[in-house]
Amino acid sequence: MKVKHFSKYLFMVAILVSAIALSGCKGDKSDKNTNKAPATDDTSSKEQDHNQASDKDAIYGGSIVVEITQDLDSLDPHKAVAAGTNEVLFNVYEGLVKPNENGDLVSAVASEYQISEDGKMYTFTLRDGVKFHNGDAVTAEDVKYSIERCAGLLEETDPSVKVESALSNVKEVNILDDKTIQLVLDKGDTELLAYLTSAIVPANYDKLDTEPMGTGPFKFVSYAPLESFVVVKNEDYWGDKAYLDQVTFKISANTDSAFMELMAGSIDIFPYLTDDQATQLPDTYNVEVGNMNLVQALFLNNGAEPFNDMKVRQAVSYALDRQGILDMVAGGRGTIIDTNMFSAFKKYYNTDLAGTYNYNVEKAKALLAEAGYGGGLTFTITVPSNYQFHVDTAQIIVEQLKAVGITAKIQLVEWNSWLEDVYKNRNYQATIVGLDSNLAPRDSVERFVSTASNNFINYNNPDFDATFEKAIASTVDEEKVEYYKQLQAYLTNDAASAYIQDPPLLVAVNKKLAGYTFYPVYVQDMAKVYYISE
Amino acid sequence: MRKKNLNFILGAILIGIVLLLVLVGIFYTPYDPNAMNGSIKNTAPSFAHWFGTDNFGRDIFSRVMEGSRTTFFVAIATVAIGTIVGTLVGAFTGYYGGALDSVLMRINDGITSFPSILLTLVIISIFGIGKYNIILALGIVFIPSFARVVRSEYMVQKEMDYVKMAKLMGASDIRILFIHILPNISSMLFSTITIGFNNAVLAEAGMSYLGLGVQPPDASLGRMLSEAQAYLFSAPWYAIAPGVMIVITVLGISLINEER
Repeated sequence: MKVKHFSKYLFMVAILVSAIALSGCKGDKSDKNTNKAPATDDTSSKEQDHNQASDKDAIYGGSIVVEITQDLDSLDPHKAVAAGTNEVLFNVYEGLVKPNENGDLVSAVASEYQISEDGKMYTFTLRDGVKFHNGDAVTAEDVKYSIERCAGLLEETDPSVKVESALSNVKEVNILDDKTIQLVLDKGDTELLAYLTSAIVPANYDKLDTEPMGTGPFKFVSYAPLESFVVVKNEDYWGDKAYLDQVTFKISANTDSAFMELMAGSIDIFPYLTDDQATQLPDTYNVEVGNMNLVQALFLNNGAEPFNDMKVRQAVSYALDRQGILDMVAGGRGTIIDTNMFSAFKKYYNTDLAGTYNYNVEKAKALLAEAGYGGGLTFTITVPSNYQFHVDTAQIIVEQLKAVGITAKIQLVEWNSWLEDVYKNRNYQATIVGLDSNLAPRDSVERFVSTASNNFINYNNPDFDATFEKAIASTVDEEKVEYYKQLQAYLTNDAASAYIQDPPLLVAVNKKLAGYTFYPVYVQDMAKVYYISE
Repeated sequence: MRKKNLNFILGAILIGIVLLLVLVGIFYTPYDPNAMNGSIKNTAPSFAHWFGTDNFGRDIFSRVMEGSRTTFFVAIATVAIGTIVGTLVGAFTGYYGGALDSVLMRINDGITSFPSILLTLVIISIFGIGKYNIILALGIVFIPSFARVVRSEYMVQKEMDYVKMAKLMGASDIRILFIHILPNISSMLFSTITIGFNNAVLAEAGMSYLGLGVQPPDASLGRMLSEAQAYLFSAPWYAIAPGVMIVITVLGISLINEER
């Protein structure tokens, strides 16, 4: 009798516990996949000398499964805004130019280009033999249509097409002859090339939403929402053809279940491992380490108490032990940054700023006392709850700030409310996210111009605004670099925010595979991946 | 009779353990529950750290003490809201009946017809995330079940002779409701409260697990479980400690309630 009773309780307890576990699965959304603010599109810069196995043992053929942790927001490359979509579509679409693994822009659909001295005229020569996946050759009309679509110049533009602000500077697109296209700009801009990575699509093709067709090394096969996105090798590709015959991008709802599948061995590549997961990997996988190319920072609202006082912002910057944060959340593998640009953007990154805010509790306390917060300061850090990496960072920062007498509270919010309250309405004190950027240096700093619509930290420095105008207007390279370094110095010296790190990107790759290549932009290039001969 | 006592004793022991941890935790924890130490991340249970340490090198035993306290606080507050409001609603509707009864009970049915997790989520999305909002949300969700139980008791009790006597003696309605009838349904109310408490513990854990309840770095049992799931393979003790605490609490109260 007693035994029977007990089994009843145990059964009940088991059900209750599993009910907690099951109910939990729903809410735990994707992690670490796009540690990105809704910044711009898919590019950024960084040198990544990744060792590739020699080509001689590469074999053609085979298929692999790549796990991604975010569903695609649109199959139309001009409508997709999520970085997690662009990284996949990179395999299907190409622009006039495309980024390579060194962060340079190389010609793709165009074989050559010329930029006029004043930066007002771009002339592209189309490459011979570039075909869409249906076999049609790419014509000047297709290119004109594609660029006009992204620039919002079509007579009837689909309202959901994302118009790049830099491209809205394009006044007209002219077809000079069958193989030559000319872009005329309103104002001179020598950095526009980075925005011409936008996909070239067939003119007036109306199935972009369902059957993507581009010129890339892989052809679209099928897409099942929340399940998978499948591509096969494009045999007619104009450049180096892909090694693999087929790649399946498997979409999983969260990193934990993705990791379970990884443990079970049903996945070949998984790009968003956490540091702890990396240490638990079975030995059939290698862990490749790159950078996420993000600026992770404790962003401070310069327009609200208490961070409208520069001394308080500096105090917070001094109070952060960045190495301590890196060791705790990233296994020491991230890269400390001192300004709003990732250090891998070597040409422009201002290395002189290193050590501006070395960990210094005394100095932080002194600054706080000067600002009138000697008796203590309390503020709230708003963190998007779906990014565990930022949530963890926030917890460490809360502990570190205690040492200087600051009481920070964490408020977790959903991604959508973060976008609404923090990013759009700027109703917050401090937040932690990662900002991405494309290959144009202006993209990293443009948002801090006092009038920028996405200046969510309310940074306001007239000198900065003036220098930014000079920087984008300049057509002399050295001068431009100097201006950009000056802009970063303003941000750091004003302690616009407390900059932390460029987080590491850990990728699990099946040991049978080689060729996984890190890009300084947010893409998964499967054309370079191959099986090693046994 | 013997078996009953055994179950009761067992339940009392389990709850005693939990209560001891909660009460001691108010005044003393072996370590600061939020203090981090990078050199002892994810270490297994040892003499220095009885339940091991988590991914920030925090002492899990200290965090379980703090987390249990948070969870208990939320559960007790939730049940208090449910009991007080539920009893008032149930008493008036059950005793008076009529239009008031119909209206309130239909509202009650309306609330009950939503799955409780869904309803909690809706309320949280209105009030926002946080410890006190979760109490409010769960409290509202708990009201209907109390109201219904209390109402049916009052409907039975109001026909009893002692109520009629009290009326004849000129006692006021309020006096009859709360001085005469309420003590007579206390045993039923008590078991509803204990079941409600168990549900509240689980609901708090579930909500914090979803990231909607207690905010980091503060500990609650559900919050700890949620953080621990990423380390199920490398540091299983992290999930076991808060998990076992929940099981002990719920099991203990169930045993007491069943055999009381």
